[in-house]
Amino acid sequence: MDFINHQLFIKDINVHIDPILPKKTAIITHGHADHARFGHDHVIATRQTIDIMKIRYGDKCAKKFTPLRYGQKYSIKNFDFTLYPAGHILGSAQVLIEKNNHRLVITGDYKVGKDETCKNFKLVKCDTLITEATFGLPIFQHPDPKDEIQKLIRSVKINKNNCHIVGAYALGKAQRVMNLLRQQKYNETIYIHGSLEKLCQYYSKEKINIGKFEKVSSKDKSFYEGKIIIAPPSTLKDRWSRRFPNPIICMASGWMTVKQRAKQQGIELPLVISDHSDWNELLDTIKKSKAKNILITHGQEDALVYYCKKQNLVSKPLSIQGRSDEEIE
Amino acid sequence: MKKFSSLLHNLILTPSRNTKIKLLQDYFKILDSNRAYALAILSDQLSFQFIKASKLRELVYEQVDQHLFDYSYDYVGDLAETISLIWPTNKEGKSQNLSTLIESIKKIKKSEINTEFSKVLSELSNNERWTLIKICTGGLRIGVSERLVKTALADLYNKSVNEIEEIWHGLEFPYENLFQWLKNETSKPKIDFKKLFHPMMLANPIDEEKDFKRLDANEFHAEYKWDGIRVQLMVSSNSVSLYSRTGDNISSAFPEIIETTKGDAVIDGELLVGGNFKPSGFNDLQQRLNRKKASKDLQKKFPVFIRAYDILFYKGKDLRKLSLVKRRKYLEKFQKENTTNQIDLSTIINFSTWEALTKYKNNFYDDLNEGVMIKLKNSEYLPGRKKGYWYKWKKNPKLVDAILMYAQRGHGKRSSYYSDFTFGVWKENELVPIGKAYSGYTDKELLVLDKFIRNNTTNKFGPVREVKKEIILEVAFDDVFPSNRHKSGVAMRFPRIHRIRWDKPINEVISIKEFKKEFKID
Repeated sequence: MDFINHQLFIKDINVHIDPILPKKTAIITHGHADHARFGHDHVIATRQTIDIMKIRYGDKCAKKFTPLRYGQKYSIKNFDFTLYPAGHILGSAQVLIEKNNHRLVITGDYKVGKDETCKNFKLVKCDTLITEATFGLPIFQHPDPKDEIQKLIRSVKINKNNCHIVGAYALGKAQRVMNLLRQQKYNETIYIHGSLEKLCQYYSKEKINIGKFEKVSSKDKSFYEGKIIIAPPSTLKDRWSRRFPNPIICMASGWMTVKQRAKQQGIELPLVISDHSDWNELLDTIKKSKAKNILITHGQEDALVYYCKKQNLVSKPLSIQGRSDEEIE
Repeated sequence: MKKFSSLLHNLILTPSRNTKIKLLQDYFKILDSNRAYALAILSDQLSFQFIKASKLRELVYEQVDQHLFDYSYDYVGDLAETISLIWPTNKEGKSQNLSTLIESIKKIKKSEINTEFSKVLSELSNNERWTLIKICTGGLRIGVSERLVKTALADLYNKSVNEIEEIWHGLEFPYENLFQWLKNETSKPKIDFKKLFHPMMLANPIDEEKDFKRLDANEFHAEYKWDGIRVQLMVSSNSVSLYSRTGDNISSAFPEIIETTKGDAVIDGELLVGGNFKPSGFNDLQQRLNRKKASKDLQKKFPVFIRAYDILFYKGKDLRKLSLVKRRKYLEKFQKENTTNQIDLSTIINFSTWEALTKYKNNFYDDLNEGVMIKLKNSEYLPGRKKGYWYKWKKNPKLVDAILMYAQRGHGKRSSYYSDFTFGVWKENELVPIGKAYSGYTDKELLVLDKFIRNNTTNKFGPVREVKKEIILEVAFDDVFPSNRHKSGVAMRFPRIHRIRWDKPINEVISIKEFKKEFKID
């Protein structure tokens, strides 16, 4: 495992995983902006992640692309790389790196729970596990997303003269919320912020059921009464949201577990819907991976490191530059 | 319990006052035994003797690893919420009534708290657990004042909130008489008024342009508005108690008043710090505030007295329906009979024109009063802020020009605008913040400032934006004190934005040294 450093850089073959700055060869776990960046020479990722990068940054965002299927092995010198589903968003992958019989898995962002908008998480046994820890505290125990989405549907039914603006990240969460609404038989058109349009179209093209959607336009205010609008979180507090009739501000995020956080952000209807593993899923994954060596990144490492040590696992935090915990998508 | 906890959940997340009132009314509409408990909880009158924050910590450590709890608490920053989230839920038990649950908790013996209360917590849902712990630790902090609860009840049953206010302190759990009266089943509850706190009569700010044209100066007299804390003093032959404006009993903090006061009356006045009935300023008074007890040393260093404004009861007689002038006679009589009290009388200012009053407002005792109170001579003593009887006329504020440094988004109706402003003055070549204001500007000025901030942000610290140092704000404030809590060494009282000084270049703003000199701060 000493072949990879704390920046997820494999020096022997000059390969980076999810690098922040432009690099020669980059393996990209998924399309979120804190993982997928513009300007690498060679990007290795799932086909869907590559598509998403092209949508967000343009066709020329890297000089060369190598799409990999899940489970397909790709070798560079004596290193073998395989991508496995991470269950985080469409196209998201874990990276298995094999060298001299040592198996190292980088989970990337992942969740274990069911999700119709992407291939579900596959557990990969390994010797070293580099796991994310966005919700690495025992207070985070995500409820069933169906119950959460029902809260939204109920509120829409009760508050007929209001519109509901749901804050959700443009890639992944927005489409998941739409899909969950469809699973719960909400069949109305869903209105979306303009910045979501291309990604929603892509999800539709990939045959993810997000139903009928339409970009918000400057219609009469009353038109949006009783409607659901999905928009990036940054717009919730902005003047943009003022154009709608009596908006009820909702937010779909794992952070919504904590009432005080919701209150601080002015969220009236928090929906605890997360695309990251909760505490129990993190522990379970660590256990089932059979890894003896656990490195922890991305978020609340302290508690998880403490827990692993108590289980007699070798564990330490791995700090990856340029990422702050609560801005992760 | 489910209903009540979702009420609290919704209240904490709703910014709108009207929505809060509606949520409260929807809850109180349901006529069952729970609402008495709900009312007690919302007005902070229910607590469990054995279950406090330290006990809850002890219990949670029995359930989860101490380190994991500490990491979590550090992250969440709220004890009730951390415990409610981290507590291992067994199979959720049958949903219990709020009233049944509270009664069963009250019955738990001290020796059985650990097992029995833990069992209760385990059988609740997250949100119910959060609610119950909030109840235990007291002070819900859900953005709902007692007044708001009363307003919701009054509106629901077509009563006036003042009527509720008046009897409030004489009511007791389970408030049967209150609810029956609200529903018009009985007459207003009879309360022994001599024994309880009487909501105070408050003043409205005067509108110089409108009110002085409308009001006849001859029908009013004035008193100085002292910058202390408003109190109600209840004296009888066997007891003395002192209440704050909100009805909190603050007797234990001012033992010298309790020990020395003689007579039989209910007095309305201002508690001030100073020896020989000479007030020494709000900063000194602060040394005596928010303390449960006062040491002999503190009493000596910061002696207190009461400057009496009004009298509500005299020897058992209710004077509140009498005119102010008549009440004043009783007050003087009380004062003459009890000369050893640490009480003096507020001076009456008579005037025949509003212009004549102006000089009193602005030039008396310099900083020790805040202006004048203008009172209708024949006003009854009415609880709350009734219009047309008492007015406050504050002296002209102090002003300083300062440079806008940081901005933050506001709350409520200003929530999408950058409306909280931190401003500073020079300290050599740097700026040092002297205060923060979130009012005083016009809607138009707010839009201009908001736009400037969005387009001129130079740095972000979480929700705070640092901006280009270009805008000069004329800040009005009531007073300024030395403070070792702030980098600048000063703390302002009630700063607000007076206007934007487009005409002034930033290098003409004064230095902190000059500022301190001008406002006499060492």
